[in-house]
Order: sequence, then structure tokens, then C-alpha cells
Amino acid sequence: MYSFTYHRPKSLSEAKSMLGGAEDGKLLAGGQTLLPTMKQRLAMPSDLVDLGQVAELQGIEVTGDAVVIGAGVRHADVASSAEVRKAIPALADLASHIGDPHVRHRGTLGGSVANNDPAADYPGAVLGLGATVHTDARQIAADDFFKGIFETALEDGEIITKISFPIPAKAAYAKFPNPASRYSLVGAFVAQMKDGSVRVAITGAGANGVFRVAEMEKALAGNFSADAIANVKVSPDDVNGDIHGSPEYRAHLVTVMAKRAVAAAG
Amino acid sequence: MPRISMTVNGRQVSGECEDRTLLVSFLRENLGLTGTHVGCDTSQCGACVIHVDGLAVKSCTMLAAQADGTDVTTIEGLAKGDQLHPMQAAFREHHGLQCGFCTPGMIMAGIDIVNRKGGANLDEKTVREELEGNICRCTGYHNIVKAILDANAKMSGAQAAE
Amino acid sequence: MGADGLGQRVLRKEDRRFITGKGRYTDDIAVARATHAVFVRSPYAHARIRNIDASEALAMPGVHAVLTGKDFAEDKLGSLICGWMIHSKDGSPMKVGAHPSIAADTVKHVGDQVAVVIADTREQARDAAEKVAVDYEELPAVIDPVKAMDPGAPQIHPEAPNNHIFTWPIGDEAATDAAFKGAAHVVKIDVINNRLIPNAIEPRAALAVYDEAEESYTLYNTTQNPHVARLVLSAFVGVAPEHKLRVVGPDVGGGFGSKIYVYPEETVCLWASKKVGRPVRWTAERTESFLTDAHARDHVTHAEMAFDADHRIIGFKVNTIANIGAYMQIFSSATPTYLYGTLLSGQYDMKNIYCEVTAVYTNTNCVDAYRGAGRPEATYLLERLIEKAAREMGVDRVELRRKNFIKSFPHQTPVIMNYDSGDFDALIEKALELADYKGLPARKEEAKKRGKLRGLGFSTYIEACGLAPSAAVGALGGGVGQWESAEVRVNPTGNVEVLTGSHSHGQGHETVFAQLIADRLGIGVENVQIVHGDTDKVQFGMGTYGSRSGPVGLNAILKALEKVEAKAKKIAAHLMEAAEDDIVIEGGKLKVAGTDKELGFGEVSLAAYTAHNLPQGIEPGLKEGAFYDPINFTFPSGCHVCEVEVDPDTGHTEIVKFTAVDDFGNIMNPMIVEGQVHGGLTQGIGQAMFEGCIYDKETGQLLTGSYMDYCMPRAADVPSYTLGHSTTVCPSNPLGLKGCGEAGAIGSPPSVINAIIDATGSDNIAMPATPERVWRAIHG
Repeated sequence: MYSFTYHRPKSLSEAKSMLGGAEDGKLLAGGQTLLPTMKQRLAMPSDLVDLGQVAELQGIEVTGDAVVIGAGVRHADVASSAEVRKAIPALADLASHIGDPHVRHRGTLGGSVANNDPAADYPGAVLGLGATVHTDARQIAADDFFKGIFETALEDGEIITKISFPIPAKAAYAKFPNPASRYSLVGAFVAQMKDGSVRVAITGAGANGVFRVAEMEKALAGNFSADAIANVKVSPDDVNGDIHGSPEYRAHLVTVMAKRAVAAAG
Repeated sequence: MPRISMTVNGRQVSGECEDRTLLVSFLRENLGLTGTHVGCDTSQCGACVIHVDGLAVKSCTMLAAQADGTDVTTIEGLAKGDQLHPMQAAFREHHGLQCGFCTPGMIMAGIDIVNRKGGANLDEKTVREELEGNICRCTGYHNIVKAILDANAKMSGAQAAE
Repeated sequence: MGADGLGQRVLRKEDRRFITGKGRYTDDIAVARATHAVFVRSPYAHARIRNIDASEALAMPGVHAVLTGKDFAEDKLGSLICGWMIHSKDGSPMKVGAHPSIAADTVKHVGDQVAVVIADTREQARDAAEKVAVDYEELPAVIDPVKAMDPGAPQIHPEAPNNHIFTWPIGDEAATDAAFKGAAHVVKIDVINNRLIPNAIEPRAALAVYDEAEESYTLYNTTQNPHVARLVLSAFVGVAPEHKLRVVGPDVGGGFGSKIYVYPEETVCLWASKKVGRPVRWTAERTESFLTDAHARDHVTHAEMAFDADHRIIGFKVNTIANIGAYMQIFSSATPTYLYGTLLSGQYDMKNIYCEVTAVYTNTNCVDAYRGAGRPEATYLLERLIEKAAREMGVDRVELRRKNFIKSFPHQTPVIMNYDSGDFDALIEKALELADYKGLPARKEEAKKRGKLRGLGFSTYIEACGLAPSAAVGALGGGVGQWESAEVRVNPTGNVEVLTGSHSHGQGHETVFAQLIADRLGIGVENVQIVHGDTDKVQFGMGTYGSRSGPVGLNAILKALEKVEAKAKKIAAHLMEAAEDDIVIEGGKLKVAGTDKELGFGEVSLAAYTAHNLPQGIEPGLKEGAFYDPINFTFPSGCHVCEVEVDPDTGHTEIVKFTAVDDFGNIMNPMIVEGQVHGGLTQGIGQAMFEGCIYDKETGQLLTGSYMDYCMPRAADVPSYTLGHSTTVCPSNPLGLKGCGEAGAIGSPPSVINAIIDATGSDNIAMPATPERVWRAIHG
């Protein structure tokens, strides 16, 4: 790692001012992606502002129609939350499959979403449920939040505080992990909302990160069954390829995983 | 250099280190606790797993500064004198280790699995899935899984008796 | 036989330090004033070094030195070596290029070292390493071993035109060709044995200390063979004379072959420790392990097998191209030749075999022996081919094997090996039973109802281990003998120290070797200390690889022990006024048979050291050494059965059951043997389904350079294993041992692929059988 100065604010305002005072500061959430990146010397922030002690970023709250999770809540806490599991079991289930148990003890919702790794799981749930990302400055709809690989609508210095997930009628996440990294090779989050609309978000496969599949959403809105989307294919041209899976294979898996998510949602 | 303090294996310790010092380096180099190992640089092998405030974490993916004020347990802190922790004893009893390099992380992960999922319902499939973050190249996992299941029976039995 | 004796499941003596975090691996060893070395490595697969400017790095905080290949060459240090001479079919010796510890003129693979930075801390050294400015002239590179031989391909070493190292023949070409002419069926196959990266979980490390007062060096090193390392560093590289160099292999966290070799990094640390006047420490980052730990396998093979009308094998022709990488390592030449071509007969009675192996340089990291070394490649080829033959000829794959099995021993194959023992029918019989082969059709049917494709695959193997009779090794081109040494020291108080040239890096020698002593002397294993891994303590040793510690190392201990026993009996007979032939050793006592006269083992050893009353002509003391040189290779064999379920929608394959039945000869400690099999199987399954080293074909960049991209088998990827044994005692060594360390990795890969072929009905399955490959095989 390159040398940097570490800060440990206790509040959001303190975090803001520490970040503002740094030449090239970065926020440190769970650190499960940032620290390995820095160890490989692929990032060299002048300052790290650790959000681990910021109380405003903690807490899980279930209101009548939404599950609101603080940005600093760790994956393990979402996975094991009885409230989340009751309200949106698919969300708890998704969290329980991120990384490994040790990573889930450190990694946070806000960190994952802000990083927007194209193979990360959480963006699938945020987009798949049409969640709202709350920051210290504003609220951003999921559809406006993800801007491409590792790119989001966040401005410099803007901090995610919490994410509000609407409670769907039913939902499920089906993940086909990359055998080496265990990130998603393809993950499909499918939700039928209480108004009957359907959202399908795909992570892992997109050449530009997480994306929705309008044709599947339309087909499922009319008939929420795996068969309804059996013939809906995404084009390999819109899907990324690497040593772990060609675009053709990933495109095929999009349909398979989406069908499985629909079947699991019941 | 900043000074940090924490409780390690029940002892209050403090030391000076650079901000960029990883927790695993602080344990190994400042405290001489070399039982916690480093096997990779991408947070996957799990040789460095320790407990921070009771939860298994990868000490290679946490800054020492982030552990300031926490309660840390490493492999060196498990046995009480000559009395091995049931997880340690089970690894020996079932030949759950060969070269021993991944073993500290495996044992710390095993205890964490039992802490979170232990009891009568802990089965082989769950143990294998929960070992996602720990790589062993020697044992083929067969005897590690057996050891964790056996320790679970002993630890859960002990908890039930308490 | 006591509870600690041979054949017992004695728990390991060494475990306590490992489970309490008290193991002592190289990176754990603290020495005062140690500095840290970080290597500057080539980002190019092939480039000329125009200039190195270290001025900025040298000015960085904490930096002591930046050393380059020029400095290394100026100090007149030699090349690293390949230890086995192979001759081509035209009689010419293999063409070996230099292997400098720091590249001076050209870099030949990504990760090749061009400079080393020595600084007070690791991070300071890393900071400075980034500031070493290397001016490269990039050269065209060749990554593919087949293309490497093309006229016009980039030339890697001037010594090896067309990158051609050797074309080595084995067997009788004319007789094999003649046999093919009379064939009723010829079955052909093209297979690639995928390149692997060993991945011992402890990264390689070195700590070098120069003692100015003694003018001597100490090297702590992740090594499987400290004496061999010392010999190479001294006799070939010339860093220090042998008597001024101590090499210690402390606790070593797995090797699997990758820690046999003498690498550039420890060489440089030794050299630098004198130059900077401070101890120098280096520990690989995992990325460096991926780039520079000797890789494995990497064969491209075409083979044909001829059968007569009765489905008996009458001829076998093999042509293999072996990718050696950019430099040759110690066993680079032996692995694809004498450890491969000599095993092509497998368990089958074949009269005619002809094989040619062509070894080529490419701009990739070194390739050398890794668990199995040559034998997995032979087994994979043969067992894929046999199942293909059964399918093509429409005969049962078990019956085809049985029909061709070797039935009597000793058996001379047409490819050098003389198999001393085995019972292949018994192995397959037991495997069929344990794997419930009869129930397979019902299981396939049941899986089909769940939408899954179920399949079962076999593999039989025989391997040669217990390396090896020294004269035979010498005749075939080996540079050293392959004996082992041991010393048994009985202390005056009766406890025992055993010094062995074998090296334990997970195999449990401290327990198994002690079991032999405990068994013979009737004392508990706690009274026996196994000393290994230190050239200052052990006289000499060839180290541990090739499943040789049992068949060779342990028999050396037995030989020394027998000398100790003989002397103890002489002394006891004298003290008890009995005939030497009447003395028996039992339960820690020397007894006069048929009487109640006895002396404790400690009493006799004390008498040996007090020397107040010894028989005429007997020297004081009770300590004996021995060198054991085996009379033959040993031949473990087995039958592995893999059963899989494939998800046709995704190609995901699950191993639902894996059965391994092995013949290891006598077994010292079943618990440890089972552990060796579990680990070997998982590495073999890793090769078959998960692991594959991939270089970019154009740039030579390593695309699988971390655990994010190189898929290691995890706990959830493998099943609990079903193991069985069917034993024929090895007649070639006194303990009847065959060795067990590599069998799992040798036998398992073809059984996995054959199972997937059985499940999917497609023969087009390459290793590693990734989900996409399996999916494509199903869907065309």
C-alpha cells in the first residue's frame, strides 16, 4: 500500500469535513474491496476516512412499505436480520451469498453500492427492487444511480447514508457464481412489486454493469412464471466476456438465472 | 507514528505503526503473534482469519488502525494453558491439518461457524459452504469438515450443559 | 505391536504447534536487523533491457541497495541448473539456455526479475521498487508451445535454435509401427494436459544471514530439500562453499513439488546479505507465486492405440509437445520424459509402445514437477483413450480394462519399468463395489427426473515412485543419486533422535518416522524426536518429493536402526552374559529369550555411553547412520471412480461421489495415508474441473494471476471421499511400502472427465471442465 493518512470520524459531518480537507481522500466503508485494491497499489488516496464509527449510517428499519438499511450495515447483519428476512427474504438471501463469511462481517451495503462493481450482488437488489439511495445531500432513484462499471451518480464527497428498499409482493435472487472469485458471473434479481409491476435486474453480465431487462419485465407482468421468459434472450453484444465466461454463455445464463429467480419467488 | 491499542487474547496491548499497516502485520510484526498467516493478497485464502469483537474477519483486509479499541482473538489465544479449545482438539483428533499453514485461519473460521450456526442442525453441506473464505491445499477439506462437525457437537453439548 | 506401532492411527506429534499458532515458517523467523528484498519484475514476456536507472530508488528512505543482473554477473555467479540430462533421438544432448537469478540482458517471461531493492521495511522496498526505471525494448514473444517451433518464431535462448530443447524417444518405433499394420481397430485422441499453478498456501520465502566472523551463510528457505539447495547454490551458482553454507527448511507450508527447486529469489537474498552486510528477507506475495513458482503439466499430445479383433491392445503411439517455459528447472527435463513416457503402459499388458516427447521453450514461467509429475499426464492420456476405445468399439469399459490388465508380476513393460507387484482386478472389483456400480442405471434415471445428467467415470493408474535406484537414475541422465540417509542416535537416557534427509512439509514424518522406532524398540513415540530440514544437523539428504519419504527415507531409517539394534544386542548379551542371538527387543527392553533376564533399553544405552563394561572391540556410544539406495522404483496402483451430476442448463458439474481404491503396499499410519489421498484427489479434481493457468496468447500476460481468476477448489466444490485399499506388499523394500503422496492427483483427473463424458454423451470435454465448456459440450 502507498502511504496515506487515516481518519476515524464519529459523525457524518465530521466525515464530510475530513474528506473535504483531504487532497485526494477516499471513504473507507467495510474495506473489503478498497483495501485489496490499495494493497495491489492500484489506488493511492492521500487520506482514508473510515465510516465504521459513524452512528448515522447504522440501523435497519422496516416501515409499512419499505426496508430501510443504513449504508454502514454489514452484509452479515442484513443476512441475519429477522426483520429483513420477513419483509424481503430475497434481500437477506442475497446478502448471505456475498463474498464469504469473513467478508460479510466487514463489508457494508453502502460500500458495495457506491463501488458498483459490475459483478457485485447488491446493485442487483437495488435496481431489482427500484430502491432509493439516500445520500447526505439528496435521494437518488436506483434507475438513475448506476452509471456504468464502477460509476455512479454520486458526486465527489457525497456519502450514501441509507437505502430504502420497497417491499415487493415477491422476489428472489438467483446467482451463478464465478468459480474462482465467487462474485456473480450472472445474478438475476426478479421482483413482483405490490402494484403488479415486475422488475428484472441482472448483475455480473452487463458490459456496462447492472441492467434491467425490459422484455422480461413485460412478459412477467402478464404472466409471472418461468415459462413466460424462457424465450427472452439478451444479446451477447450487450454482455461482457472474459476467461470465466464468453458473452454468449453469460447471455444464456441471464435467461436461465432469471427463470430460476422467478421460480424461486414462487 | 500513531499509537493504537486493543485487547489481544485478553491482554491490553498498544503499539506504534504507520496508518497503512494492516492488522495482520501489526499482530505478526509488532506483537510477534506469528500464528496468523498471510497466504494471498486478494482476501481469499483465509490464512489470516482472526476474531475481532467476536466475529471472524480477514486480518489482511483490515487496517490495524481500524482495530483500535477492539477485542481481538488470534489462534494463540484459544488454548487455556495446556487445555486446547475443542476446535483445536478436533483438528488434531481428525487429522484436519497437514502442513499447518492454513490451519490457524481454518480453526478461527470453524469456531465462528459454530458460534453462528452451531447446534444440532449444523450439517456437512453448511460447513462446506461456510468455508467459502478459507483455502486449504493439503487436506482436500475432508477431515477439516469432520473436525468442525465434531467440535460443533462438543461445543454445542457444552453450551447446552451450561 | 503397541498403540504407537506400525499400521496404527497415531495422532500427529507435530500438530500441537500448528493448532496453537506456534509453527515456525520462514516468514515467522525473526532475526535482528533484517532488511527486506522486493524484486523488480518484467512487465513484458520478452524484452531487451536497455538500461536500468536506480538513482531515484536509491535516494528513497530506508533503501540500502538496488542490485541488478549486471552486479550479479560481475560477481561471477553461475546459472541455476537443470538436474537431468536428456538426449534427443539423434543422440544430441538437450539444448539448455542460461537461467540467471537476475536477468542481465533480456527478460524472457512476465515476472522475470530484473533488479532487487533492499530496504529497512517491506513497504519501503516496495515504494522504491516502483522508482527503479527500467528501459525495455520489447521483443516479439511466443507463448504457444506448438508455435514456438515454427520457423521464424521469436528465439528465446541462442543455445536452443527454434526453441527446441530435445525430442526424446522411448520404446521401439519399428515394432510399434508393424503392430499397427495388423490392427483391427485404431483409436486416436488429441488431448491437452492443462497447465497448472501449484499454490502451496505458504508463499515461497527466504531469509539469508551472513556471518562476517565465520565467513558463513545461513539460509532459511521454503524448501523440500535443503541439502540439494545447498549443493546447487554452492556447486553451480557459487554463492558460498558448501561448508560455509547452512540451509534450513523450517516448517514449510506445503510444497507439492514447487519447493523442490532452487529459485532466483533465495539465491539473490544470500548474495545480497553479504553485499549489504545485513540479513535479507523476502516473502512472495501471492501474485509473485502465481508468476514465478514453477508451473506444471502443459502437454499437447496426439496418441493412437491399436487393438486386435479381440480388443487386446497391440500397439500404442504417442507424440507429446511439452512446454518447458522460459527456463529449465531441476526436473524440467525428467518430468515429461522418464516420469511420463515410462508409465504409458499403465495397468495394461502392452507389447509395443513408442513415444516421442518434444520439449520447447516459450516466453512463460518455468514448468516442472508438481504432485504426480509426468504420471498424471500419462494416466490422463491412457484412461481417456481406453474409455474412448470402449465407446468406439462398442465394448464395456470395465471389461476392456480387465481384458488388458497385467495379470502376473514381475512384469517388464516395453518402456523401461519393471513392475514388481499389483493386483489390478482386485482394485477394480473393490472400486465397483464401493461405488455401487450396479446401482448406476437407477441413479441416472432418478437424476433425469430432476433434470440432471448423471454419469460415472473410471480411471486406473500405476505410478512409479520411491525415487529411485541411483545407478538407474545415473544411467538415464540424472545428475545425482536418489538414495536417502538417516542417523539414529540413542541418548544415554534411552530416548532417541532420528536425523533424516527427508523433509516434512505436511506429510507427518515426525509421527510416522517415530512410529517405526516406537514399533521396533517398544518405546512410545513421545520418546522419539525426528530431526530434519537443517544441513547443520543432518549429514545429507535428497529431500521429499516423488512419494519417496516412505519407500526410501523410512527404509534408510530402518537400516540405521537395525545397526543400532545389533549393537544394543551385543552390549546387552555381554551385560547379561547371554548369547547375542538370544537377545530380543520387546516393550522397551532387551530380553534373553526364554529367561526372565532383561535390561531396559535405557540401561543398555547408558552402558553404551558409560563404556565401563563393553564387549571386546565395541566402541562406546549408540549411534548409527545409513544410506539406503532402493533396488527398484515402487509401483502404487489404484482404481478411481467419479460420479457426477451435470446441470444441463448451466453446465455446472457436481461430484456426487468419489471412490478411490489404492494399493500402497504396507501402510504405516492409515490416518495419514488417507489424508494424503484426500489432498491428492482434490488437487486432481482441481485440475479436472477448476484450475487452468492462462496466458494471453499474444502478450504473454498471466491472466490467472490471483485467486480472483485462478480457481482453487474450495470445500463446497468437493465431496467427502470414499476410500478403500487392496494391498499387495511391495517386494522391493524391507518395509513393503509403495508410497501414497501423489496417487490421488494421478488417478483422479481422467475419472472426472470420463464421468462428465458419460453424463453428457459428449467426448469433447477439455480440462478444466468449466461450466461453460460442459454447457458447450452438451449444446454443441
